[in-house]
Amino acid sequence: MSRSLSPLIALFALAVLYALPAIAPRAMVQDLFGILTLLVLAMNWNLLAGFAGLVSVGQQAFVGIGAYAMFAAIILMGLDPLVGVVIGGIAAAVFAVPMAFFAFRLNGAYFAIGTWVVADIARLAISQWKALGGGTGTSLPKGTAKEMAFVDGIKEMLDVSTAAAADALTYWLMLSLAVAMLVASYIFLRSRMGLGLQAIRDNENAARSVGVDPLKLKAAVFLLTAFATGLCGALAFIQITRVTPDAAFSVIDWTAFVIFITVIGGIGTLPGPIVGVVVFYALQRALADYGTIYLIVLGCLGIAVMLFARRGLWGLFTDRTGIDPLPLRHRPPRVAKPSHSA
Amino acid sequence: MSALLTIAGLTAHYGDFQALFGVDLTLDQGQTVAIIGANGAGKTTLMRAITGVAKVTAGSVRLAGEEITRSPAPDILTRGVAMVPEGRKLFPSLTVEENLLIGAHARRGNGFWTLERIQTLFPILKERRLSPGTALSGGQQQMVAIGRALMSNPQVLLCDELSLGLAPVVIKEIYAAFPQIKDSGTSIIVVEQDISQALRVADHVHCMMEGRITLSGRPSELSRDAIHDAYFGVNHA
Amino acid sequence: MMLIDTLAQGMLLGGLYALFAAGLSLVFGIMRLVNLAHGDLIILAAYLILTVATVTGLHPFVAVLIAAPLMFGFGWLLQTHLLNRVLGNDILPPLLVTFGLSVVIQNGLLSTFTADSQKLTAGSIEAASVDLGVVTLGVMPVLTFGSAVLVIFLLNQLFYRTALGRAFRATSDDAVTAQLMGIRPQRVFAMATGIAMVVATIAALYLGTRANFDPSIGPARLLYAFEAVIIGGLGSLWGTLAGGIVIGLAQAIGASINPEWQILSGHIAFVLVLLIRPRGLFPRAND
Ligand SMILES: Nc1ncnc2c1ncn2[C@@H]1O[C@H](COP(=O)(O)OP(=O)(O)OP(=O)(O)O)[C@@H](O)[C@H]1O
Ligand SMILES: [Mg+2]
Repeated sequence: MSRSLSPLIALFALAVLYALPAIAPRAMVQDLFGILTLLVLAMNWNLLAGFAGLVSVGQQAFVGIGAYAMFAAIILMGLDPLVGVVIGGIAAAVFAVPMAFFAFRLNGAYFAIGTWVVADIARLAISQWKALGGGTGTSLPKGTAKEMAFVDGIKEMLDVSTAAAADALTYWLMLSLAVAMLVASYIFLRSRMGLGLQAIRDNENAARSVGVDPLKLKAAVFLLTAFATGLCGALAFIQITRVTPDAAFSVIDWTAFVIFITVIGGIGTLPGPIVGVVVFYALQRALADYGTIYLIVLGCLGIAVMLFARRGLWGLFTDRTGIDPLPLRHRPPRVAKPSHSA
Repeated sequence: MSALLTIAGLTAHYGDFQALFGVDLTLDQGQTVAIIGANGAGKTTLMRAITGVAKVTAGSVRLAGEEITRSPAPDILTRGVAMVPEGRKLFPSLTVEENLLIGAHARRGNGFWTLERIQTLFPILKERRLSPGTALSGGQQQMVAIGRALMSNPQVLLCDELSLGLAPVVIKEIYAAFPQIKDSGTSIIVVEQDISQALRVADHVHCMMEGRITLSGRPSELSRDAIHDAYFGVNHA
Repeated sequence: MMLIDTLAQGMLLGGLYALFAAGLSLVFGIMRLVNLAHGDLIILAAYLILTVATVTGLHPFVAVLIAAPLMFGFGWLLQTHLLNRVLGNDILPPLLVTFGLSVVIQNGLLSTFTADSQKLTAGSIEAASVDLGVVTLGVMPVLTFGSAVLVIFLLNQLFYRTALGRAFRATSDDAVTAQLMGIRPQRVFAMATGIAMVVATIAALYLGTRANFDPSIGPARLLYAFEAVIIGGLGSLWGTLAGGIVIGLAQAIGASINPEWQILSGHIAFVLVLLIRPRGLFPRAND
C-alpha cells in the first residue's frame, strides 16, 4: 500500500510547494526559502560525509565564494543576478580544486580541520578585496532584484509586488535545486559509482580490489558538491542582499547547522537531511525566545544521536518499522554470513 | 593436586560464527598442559576467551575456585592469568626493557620474577635492553613476550604458538626456559602446532578440532594414529 | 632592528601556540582522537581562572592552581562519560561529538558570561619588559615561551620516563594487548585528556593575561593549535613546539607588513609547509 501511495503523496507535496508563492503569504515563502537553503546544504554535506567519508568543516568556503562571485558578477561586471548565481557555483567548484589538492593530503579527522583552515583562508583573503567592501562587505545595488530576468513576468502572473516576485523566483530556483539534488543523489547513489562510493566508505581496500578508484571518486564528489553548495550560497545571498566576509563564511550558519541537521536526521541516509531540516526548523521556532539555548540544545541532540542512534531519526524509523521508501541497495544481512546474493 | 584453572562448557562466537563448542579443560597446580590442533581449530580463541579478550557466550572459567568468566581482561591478569599472545605482539614504541616492565604494570607486591631474573633467564634481553622491541629477531621477540608475561608473576601462563615461524634451534632454546618457569610456581598451558614439542613439554595433552576437544590424555597414552585422527578428523582420507 | 624585533615577537608568540597545541598533540598521539572542542575548552579554562580569581580575589597565577585540577577532573569525566564511548574505527562519531561539544561550550559560555570581552589582570608584570640590547622583550611573552618549553619538556619526561608514559605508548600501539598487561585503556585515555586539560589551563592563563577573550574565539585557537601539531609532525611534542614557532613567526612577519594579514600569513605558512613536507617537520617513524 505504502509503496504505491508514497510517490503520489510526494508528487502532491511537490505541487503544493511549487504553488506556494501564489497561495501563501510572502513571509512563509521567505521562511521556506531559508529551510530549503539549509536542506540543499545538508544534502551536499551528507553526500560528502555520509557517503564519501569526507567530513568537511569548510563548506562555508563554497557558500562564501559563491556569494562573493555572484556579487562580483553583478557589481563589477553588471551581469544579471541569475547569471551571477551560475558564476557563483562555478567559482566555488574552481576553488574546490586547489582546496582538494591540499586537504586530501590530510587523513580522516585531520581533513576536517584542514578544510576549516582553507575556508578561513578564503574568508581572510576576500576580506582584502576592497572592490567588494573589504572586511565590512557590500550590498547589492538598489533595484537589482527588479531587473532580474523573469521577475516582471512573475509579477504579472502572480499579481504581486516586485520584491515578492523576486522572492518567488529565488524560492522556485532553490526548490528546484533541492529537488534536483535529491533526484541526482538518488540516481548517483544507486549507480555503479555510487555503490562503489559506499563500498569505499565501508572498506577502502575492498573497494579498490573491485576496481573503484577511491581518490578519483571522492575528488569528483568533492567538486560536484562544491558546485552545488556555491550555487546555493549565491542564491541565498540574492535574498539577503548584503554580504560580509563574516556572514558569507560563517561556520555556524553554513556548516554547523548543516552538520547537526544531517546528523539528527540520519547521516548516510537519503531522507536524513529532510527529516533533520524539519526537526531543526521546529526547534528553532520552539526555542526562538531563548537565544543561545537553542544552539546548546542542538549540540546536545547531535551528541546524543552519535551516542545512541548513529543513523539518526531516519535510521531509527527504518530500523523500527522496516519501511524504507528510498532504499539505496539491497540491505546486506546484519552479520556477514557465507554470501548468497539474492 | 587441586585444580587451579577449571574451564567448563566454554562457548565463544565471532558474531554469528561459533568458534568454541562447550570446551572442558582443567589445569592442576604445577601442571603443564598442551593444546594441539590444526589451523582454525579454535586454540587462540580459547586462549582469548580465558583471558577476557574474546567474548564468551556460555560456560565458565574458574581460577582457584573463583569465577573469572567475562571479567575484563585487565582484571583477569591481576587475578593471575597472563598470556604470551600469538604473534608476540610486542609494543613497537617501547624498548625491550620497557616491554618487560609494562608486563608488571598492574602488579602489586613482590614475586619471584623481576627484571633481573628475566634478564638472567634470557641474557640477550639485557644486552638489547635499549633496542626497540620489534627490532629483535623472532626468537628474541618471543623471549621478550614470555618475559613480559612473567613480569606479572602469574599463577597461570598461557603461551600461544611459541614456535610459530622459528627455527628448531631457537624453539629448543625457548623451551629450555620452561623448567625454571615451572619451578617458580607457575602452571602453564601451551598451544602448539609442533606436536612432538607439545608431547615433550606437557603433562597432559588436548587435541582440538573445529572448536571442540576431540582427544585428551597423557603424552605416553596417546598414539600417533589417535592424534592424527583427532587432528584431521577420522573421516578424512 | 625592526626585523629582529619582529622575529623575536613571533617566536615568543609561537610559545603560546605551542601551549594551545600540546594538549591536542598528546591526545591525538595516544588515542587518535581529534578534539574539535579543544579551542573552546581553552576558553572555558580561561573563564574558570577568571571566575576563581574574581570570587577569591587571588592573582591569576595562583587561581590557576585551583583551576587546573578542576579542569583535570572535567577532562577525566569528559573522556570517561562521553569520548570513550565514541572512540573506534569510525572517525565520524568522535568528530561530530567534539564538534557538538564545541558549540555547546561556546554557547554555554555565551549565556553565562555574555559576549563581552574579558581579561585576566596580572598587575604590573603585564607591562614589564627586559632589555636585551638588540631587542626589548615583554616579560609576559618570555614567561609564556618559557612555560611552553617547560610544559613540553615535562610532557616528554612523562611520556618517555614514567610508568604512566609507558602505558600511554603501549595503549597507543595496541590497546587490546595493553589490556593483557593489566592496563585499562579507558582509564589511560581519561588520564591523557585530564593532563591535556591541565595544559589547556596553562595556555588559558597566558591567553587571558596577554589579550582579551570572549566565548567566540575558541575555534580560531583550535586552528592555530592544529596547524602547529601538523607542521611539527604528528606525535612529536618538540615538533609541536617548532610548529607553534613557525605559525608565530609567520603571523608576526605578516602583521609587520599589514596588520590585517597576521592570521592569513599563519595559515599560508601552514599550507606551504604541508605542500613541501606532507608529514610535517618531525614525523614519527611508525605512523
Ligand atoms: N576475529 C575473528 N572474526 C571472525 N572469525 C574469527 C576471528 N578470529 C578467528 N576466527 C575464526 O574462528 C576459528 C578459530 O580461530 P582460531 O584463531 O581460534 O584458531 P587457531 O586454532 O588458533 O588457529 P591457528 O593455528 O591458525 O592459530 C577460525 O575458523 C577462524 O576463522
Ligand atoms: Mg591461533
